[in-house]
Parts: sequence; C-alpha cells; structure tokens
Amino acid sequence: MEEIKDVVLNYVIEEYLEEDDEEITYDTPLISGGIVDSFSMVSLKRFLENKYSISIPDEKATPEAFDSVNKIVTLVREFAG
Amino acid sequence: MSYSETIRKIYLDQIDQIKNAGIFKEERFIHSSQAADIEVEFPAGSSLKKVINMCANNYLGLSSHPDVVNAAHEGLDTRGYGMSSVRFICGTQDIHRELENRMTQFLGTEDTILFPSCMDANAGVFEAVLSDQDVMISDRLVHASIIDGIRLCSAMHDTFKHSNMEHLENKLQLHADKRFKMVITDGVFSMDGDTAKLDEMAGLCDKYGAMLFVDDSHATGFIGKTGRGTHEKCGVLGNVDIITTTFGKALGGASGGCVSGRKELVEMCRQKARPYLFSNTIAPVVVSGVLKVLEILSESTERRDKLENNTKHWRKGLTEAGFVLKEGNTPIVPVMLFNAKLSQNFSKDLYNEGIYAIGFFFPVVPNGQARIRTQISAGHDIHHLDKALEAFVKIGKKYGILGLTKQEIIEKYGL
Repeated sequence: MEEIKDVVLNYVIEEYLEEDDEEITYDTPLISGGIVDSFSMVSLKRFLENKYSISIPDEKATPEAFDSVNKIVTLVREFAG
Repeated sequence: MSYSETIRKIYLDQIDQIKNAGIFKEERFIHSSQAADIEVEFPAGSSLKKVINMCANNYLGLSSHPDVVNAAHEGLDTRGYGMSSVRFICGTQDIHRELENRMTQFLGTEDTILFPSCMDANAGVFEAVLSDQDVMISDRLVHASIIDGIRLCSAMHDTFKHSNMEHLENKLQLHADKRFKMVITDGVFSMDGDTAKLDEMAGLCDKYGAMLFVDDSHATGFIGKTGRGTHEKCGVLGNVDIITTTFGKALGGASGGCVSGRKELVEMCRQKARPYLFSNTIAPVVVSGVLKVLEILSESTERRDKLENNTKHWRKGLTEAGFVLKEGNTPIVPVMLFNAKLSQNFSKDLYNEGIYAIGFFFPVVPNGQARIRTQISAGHDIHHLDKALEAFVKIGKKYGILGLTKQEIIEKYGL
C-alpha cells in the first residue's frame, strides 16, 4: 500500500498548498495544522472514493481521520477491504 | 445575579487574548459626514483632527452628495421613517418595488429582491435555492458573508484555488454527478483589489452546466464601461445567474443589499430566504437615496470616469515612488508592507500626517502579507491624492522601504 501514501501526499500538495508553502510529510497535521480547512475535506473524500472505488460513510470522515496522510491511508485501507 | 464574576472573568480573558494577539479593533469617531475630508476623534476623548480619508468604500463619492441627501429628505417626508413590518406582511412600499426594478435594469438581470444588507443577502440566498443534492464550489478568497451563507446551506461545499481556472475545472469534473453545481466568487476581491475572471468562469459554467454566482459589492456602480459591475467589464452581462451587491458602498453607502438574477431564483429567495422573511427591509429614507443614486449614474458616467482617472494617478504615484503594490486596476490599492508591526506603525504615522488609512494583517489577510489598504474615491480631487502621496513617501523614507522589492522588505523587517 506504499503507493497510496504517495498518491494521497501528492494530491494534498497539488490541492491545498500554494507555491510559498513549506513542504509536508506523511505525518504533518493537515486539518489541525490549518493546511486543509474542514470545507475542503469534501474534495479529498470524493477524490479517495473515486480513485479507490470505495464509499467512506460521513460519520467516519471526521477531521481526526483526515488529519495526516498516514491517517488517511489507514481510513482508505479500512474501506478498501 | 446570573452574570457572575466567574463569567465576567472568562470574557475579560478572551478580550485580553484578542488584545495580546494584536487584533483588537477600535472605532474612530468621525464628527463630520463621510467624505474625502473628515474630522476624526481618535483616540476617544482627544481633540478633533482633520484628515484625508483613504479607506472608505465611498467609491463614487455619493455618500454625502446633496442630491442624494435631498432625495432622502423627500423620502422621509413622503414615506415616513420606518415600516414596523417585514416585507410580506405590511412592509413593502411602492418605492421598494421600484428600487428592485431599477436594480434589475441597472444590472441587466431578470429580477431583484432587496435585503437589509448584502451580508443578509449572502446569508440567505444559498439555503433558499440549493439543497443536499447540489454542490457549491467557491473561490478560496470569497468574502466572509458568503462563507456564512454556505455554512447555512445543506448543499455540499468545495473550494478552488484563488482565480485558478484549471483547478475550478477539475472541481466541476469531480462534482459532475451533482444535480446543481454553483460556482461562487467575488467580482472584485476586497483585500487584494483583483477582479474575478468572469468570462472564463462563465465559459466553464456553460461547459459543465453550472450556475454562476457573483458578489459584486466592490464593483457595482463603477466597474465596467457604464459601471454595471464586473460582469460588464468581463463581457458577460446577462450570463451571471445570481449577483448579490450592496447599497452600503458606492451606491450611497447607507445600508441594504440585494439578490439579482434569474427570475425563479429571486422568487425562491422571496419565499424562503430567512433574512428577508424575518427582518424588516431597507428603510424608506435609504430606498429614496439609492433611487437618486441610480438616477445620477444613469445620467452620466462622469463619476466612475473620475474614479478611474484618480485610481490611475494614485497607482502611478505610488509605483514611481517605489512602493510594492498588489497588481490590479480597481480603486482598491493595497500598499504591501508584509510585516504586521510595520503596517501598524506605518498607519499610525500616516494618521499623524493627516492621512487616514488602515493597516491590515493576519488573520484579515494571510500571514506575511500585511499591508495598508488604500481605497480611492471619485470624491477625491488630485490635491487630496498628492497630499496623501507626499505623506506615504515621507513615511516610506523613514522606514527605508522605497525602491525595495518584496524580498528586501521581508529581509529588513521579517514576516
């Protein structure tokens, strides 16, 4: 599943970071760190669902579950079976 | 007593935190009417100081125009002071409908509904026309009132990077399965003074079957050849599905706002928008003033032309003096200082020189992008601008930033 990690990391960089922003790692806090606002979580969720043909229930799509690339990978694994 | 000392202390601590963070807001009392030359009491209790106002949204200089004031007097005499009712009970006068029709005509839309403010228009419109089957896709720099309206609506919400059309297109593709897609933007962005790419956005909305929403509060009355707004400037008159705008800026500056656009969407607001249903509308005296403003604007473009020339003069002067400006061609001209403390000190020194302009810093603008936001008015004459420029140059020299690049200012003062 190493590949998912990089797919998610690249998506977050492309989607949320601006040119001047500092680099992020697999463990950088995304929501609590102010990189991804709670509004913008929706596109991340939709991206993951489309990319991996999964459905993440709203109650599982919490700010905590989306707070780092590693946490997101755990979430995807749970629903990718 | 229910308001105990413990409760009081919690609030006092919160207020202290705001002060310590350097974001405590203080009002300055103006003892004159709104204009280019004003008399200000600041700090409270100090003697009055005559200053040139460089930070009002009084773009067309109509806030205290004698014809507008007279029309307001007449409205007061003929239609009274208040309505003591919401619109749909017994709070609608002939002049309210007249103003709605005049705005429809002015903006080139199908219908219009008045709101107590544009803040209220934005708070009510999304919930009235969208549901959980839909998606709202907004520019990441839209005004706070739009964010509040979006929060009140059950439709899904997503964002696109500021003015990034490629990113917007990605989002339109991502949400292709939604019933309605609404693309949401400001016409002119209030902090940077840049203009939305409405022509490209309208094209993308056509391609993906999305509706286009524009808050044109910082544009109505003066952007575009005849001042219709950003949609006129971008050549998409008639192609914007919803325009919200304010009467609290260029159009007399008192209060009130509206939603203007497709007939059915306006009707949905009349039936469902909560700030319209549960609040009195604009007072007759204000409606009368705005009607006069529209009459003045339809007679001549003199005021918006003067504003355009003033803006060019101001931008040219600051650029030649060696300041770093945000690019753009609207009357919002941000002078970039990057460092928050520097922006506060600069503003204070300007005030001492008789120039009233405010420093903005995080969280009002992104961290490291502190600035003095200047706003030009048709009420300014060239001598106002030249005096203001003289003060800017004097203080710019004091801090040694004239001719420096962004990087050099940051190296000198930090972020």
